[in-house]
Amino acid sequence: MALVLTDEARMVRDSAFDFFREQSPVTALRRLRDSNDPDGFSRDLWRQMAELGWTGFLVSEDDGGSAFGMTGLAQVMEAAGRTLAATPLLSTALLGASLLALAGDQAQKDQFLPSLLAGEQIFALALEEGARHAPDQIALTAVRAGSGYRLDGTKTFVLDGHIADTLIVAARTDDGVTLFLVPGEAVQRRRLSVVDSRNAANLVLDNVSVPASAVLGPVGGGAAILSQVLDRARAGLAAEMLGSAAEAFERTVQYLKDRKQFGVAIGSFQSLKHRAATMFCEVEMTRSTVLAAVSALDADAPDAPSLSCLAKTKANDTLYLCGNEGVQMHGGIGMTDEHEIGFFMKRARVAQATFGDSRFTRDRYARLMGY
Amino acid sequence: MSQFRAEVRAWLEENCPPAMRTRMPEDEQVAGGKQAVFKRPEQKIWLDRMAAKGWTAPTWPKRYGGGGLSNEEALILDEEMQDLGCRTPLRGMGLSMLGPVLLEYGTEEQRQTHIPPIIRGEIRWCQGYSEPGAGSDLASLSTRAVLQGEHFLVNGHKIWTSNAHLSDWIFCLVRTDPTVKKHDGISFLLIDMADPGVRPRPIRLISGASVFCETFIENVRVPVGHLVGELNKGWTIAKRLLEHERKGIGGIGARNAAKFEISVEAMAKAFAGEDDGRIADPVLRDRVAAFNIDNAAFQLTRRRAAEEEEAGAPPGPLSAMFKLQGTELNKRRYEMLLEAEGFQGLGWEGEGFSEDALRFTREWLRSKANSIEGGTSEIQLNIIAKRVLGLPD
Repeated sequence: MALVLTDEARMVRDSAFDFFREQSPVTALRRLRDSNDPDGFSRDLWRQMAELGWTGFLVSEDDGGSAFGMTGLAQVMEAAGRTLAATPLLSTALLGASLLALAGDQAQKDQFLPSLLAGEQIFALALEEGARHAPDQIALTAVRAGSGYRLDGTKTFVLDGHIADTLIVAARTDDGVTLFLVPGEAVQRRRLSVVDSRNAANLVLDNVSVPASAVLGPVGGGAAILSQVLDRARAGLAAEMLGSAAEAFERTVQYLKDRKQFGVAIGSFQSLKHRAATMFCEVEMTRSTVLAAVSALDADAPDAPSLSCLAKTKANDTLYLCGNEGVQMHGGIGMTDEHEIGFFMKRARVAQATFGDSRFTRDRYARLMGY
Repeated sequence: MSQFRAEVRAWLEENCPPAMRTRMPEDEQVAGGKQAVFKRPEQKIWLDRMAAKGWTAPTWPKRYGGGGLSNEEALILDEEMQDLGCRTPLRGMGLSMLGPVLLEYGTEEQRQTHIPPIIRGEIRWCQGYSEPGAGSDLASLSTRAVLQGEHFLVNGHKIWTSNAHLSDWIFCLVRTDPTVKKHDGISFLLIDMADPGVRPRPIRLISGASVFCETFIENVRVPVGHLVGELNKGWTIAKRLLEHERKGIGGIGARNAAKFEISVEAMAKAFAGEDDGRIADPVLRDRVAAFNIDNAAFQLTRRRAAEEEEAGAPPGPLSAMFKLQGTELNKRRYEMLLEAEGFQGLGWEGEGFSEDALRFTREWLRSKANSIEGGTSEIQLNIIAKRVLGLPD
């Protein structure tokens, strides 16, 4: 396991950090929110990211990607987390690309991957149905109808669901869970207005007919694929959250140096110093777990699932800490919409709940570790 | 390197007595010195064999009797010892603190005099740092050393001098100039405890043990040749030695061969029962997982720091957190063990409790010192805030 980046990964990291700082600072998210942007992200930005090759890290070279792996993608996601950039990295470059690359047949890859890689089409995984992340509780049904299937049920909190050209829907079939590629417009979609100003939607599938060729991966084999892909999603999202946590932490430390009360910088007060030092430790320990998880995923190591849960747990707790401490230490100004620190706390709440809050990830970690 | 590993393995298998490949109880740790007691003859045999190779101090130079190994070779030795469950043959403040400081700041004569007996376990050292009036504010120490021709006359009162009553020499911070800023008037002295003016007195602790002492120093004459570094420049050496001390304390969780340690999840299963392979009590299970996750994150961070150093990066800010996190996690580990044990975790001595349970109770109490000794957790947080984050005083 490598906990130090290769020169190649470092180059991706540096260029991604520059890219988001210049092209998509936090003001870009604010603009999307305030203009009530129908897409909730910038298609132009996404195409630029595709040109840089960031959509193809999880796709083999034969299929047009770079196979640079989770380690590479995590660098980009961490950089995006730094500026809270709203992009389809998670829904499309991670989940969509993984599902197609791991489970797609050649025809499906040929049909979908080129437009995914080019940044032209958006994908979304329609998984959740309940109050919280529960990948094994799928009630939406797919029954055979003629030569194809008919899908019936609802999905919630589908990331980028309202703009996805193609949905990947997890459905219950006779023999387990099966994944289906469903055109976005075939589904009733209601965009949710979420506290972090990022994209999520509720879906209703009311007798949606799809051909047999829409089945992604083996019939009844969806749970195994989902399990593998969700570990990647947890590690990738943990990388993004690490970036957000580090940014909130650094902004807060800077504020402690700048803000004066009682005639001195408030960072000279020990009660704030100790809490800032605690955040430093948590951010750095989270960084170690993210590096370990993505390198284990890339090596297909047996501990990749547990390390992904480890990373997501630490990222959940650390972003929660840095978001909340960030607002508290900024004082009154931290409560204003004008100041950006609040955006980080809002993002923390949503990212924590996505693909497993710490209650979920600790349970899964314990199960994987045999207790 | 694989050849070196094979050689190390073969040598250990041939030379480490089977009795030294077992869990090491606290009272069988070997710290050497003139008063050393070997409960089992194998302890002495193992110490002598390792010392002859220089492997009690694997990375120290061969010319002083050390092993002369590179860091990478020393890591391999450590890994092989862990794998076989070999006990650490010798521990103590000579090895962990004074030796590295003498190698960096000592004169050639001081090194030749003091380092070989440390490696062979012949002389045991203790640490004269804290005083009743100088704890976290160590630099305010008042033990006085007055230069009188060829010797210093030393008077003072040290406290928390671990195992002073079993030690032969003490390295001391003393005030040699009371007229300047407190950090600028401190010197680093080596004092032979054979002098009757040095009187250690053990202090009974909450764990029932008495590893800590207070040490009275009364009219003791110390030759000037026992001054390490320059006069009044002792604070620099003091801080460097503290770095070595913190490294040692921060690694406390990994001290014993891991194969002999019981995990908190095993303890929880043993006492709370199992339900389909899970710890039956879901709340306890969640707390065990939370602890293990934090612990794993810390161990990965130690490894990352080592990899970064190996890759040629300068020692980064990560090491600043090791003492803090390592000790807080070690304390939490014992809290989890006792929580899992329930009533069994409450025994002080005697019947009704297993030997392990009694040991854990005492170790739980001992662990509370981890976040106090060598700079409290609060001092560590101050250091991170100042040196790493650059927050103002």
